[in-house]
Amino acid sequence: MPPPVDNGEAVALGALRCREFVDLVADYLESTLDQQTRARFEDHLIDCPDCSVYLRQLEEIVGAVGILREEDLSPGARDVLLSRFRTWKIGG
Amino acid sequence: MTTSDSRLTGSRSERPPPDVEPALIAALGRGEEGAFETLIQRHHTALIRLARVWVRDASAAEEVVQETWLAVVQGIHAFQGRSSLQSWIFGILANKAKRRGTRESRSHPFSAYDIGIDQEDSPGISPDHFFPHGHEWAGHWSHPLADEESCPERHMLADELGGFILRKIDELPAPYRGVILLHDFHGLNTEETCTILGISANNQRVILHRARTRLRVALEPYLKGNDHAASSG
Repeated sequence: MPPPVDNGEAVALGALRCREFVDLVADYLESTLDQQTRARFEDHLIDCPDCSVYLRQLEEIVGAVGILREEDLSPGARDVLLSRFRTWKIGG
Repeated sequence: MTTSDSRLTGSRSERPPPDVEPALIAALGRGEEGAFETLIQRHHTALIRLARVWVRDASAAEEVVQETWLAVVQGIHAFQGRSSLQSWIFGILANKAKRRGTRESRSHPFSAYDIGIDQEDSPGISPDHFFPHGHEWAGHWSHPLADEESCPERHMLADELGGFILRKIDELPAPYRGVILLHDFHGLNTEETCTILGISANNQRVILHRARTRLRVALEPYLKGNDHAASSG
């Protein structure tokens, strides 16, 4: 359920709507929100279980991508690169 | 971060601590093959993936990365450590791949994207996910996200899941791929990411959020325990 907040017009300077919250998530994760906006963001977070889930999912994705490992270099590609390296002059 | 309870539990990255870089750079400067092998083991496949942001096919990406390695070897004495070695290498790759992309007559992916930023009003979430203007709950989620906690746990082996996420990243539009690879995967900061990709900080922020939002949709089954999508994709 959406949180029992706004009556429409008071939103701009008061409680955030979910859609506004979503727009601010990237800045929140980068810690670049100003103090007042951050406070509104965190107030909304307390009131809205759906946005809480949304933020957790985004954090989860950022965390998962951050611990990915790139595929291993194949032995064949390694051998080709090393044989080229032997023909290159270091430092040009 | 609240990832401790995540089911996206990929294997830990094995990135080296920065303090080993000077020794590696010095060894490469002396022409030691072992240093070069360390670098290619660490970065080659990442460079291939990154080159595809600008160039069309795998063979062109291979050529661009070969040129990059030659430039790294020949230019290592000029590396002054103002950025990390990784960031320096990525910057060389990006310049070569951009030139190659231009020769292929491919429009610059980030230039094209600049137009798109102004055309969409929300960073990647469709407006239908929120109640419309005039509704009692205007601007709030129209279907709840917080109702999946009781679904059965579903885990993939870490390697399977890592491969799955990488495939989903590869399917993203080029600008999204470029930003998420540099910023979220390789851990470059905003300034480094913007410099390498040649975009503004604001565009980087918007593209990054859209890329994460796309991944969220692709990975939602794993985020919420949805029962039937674990083997899809």
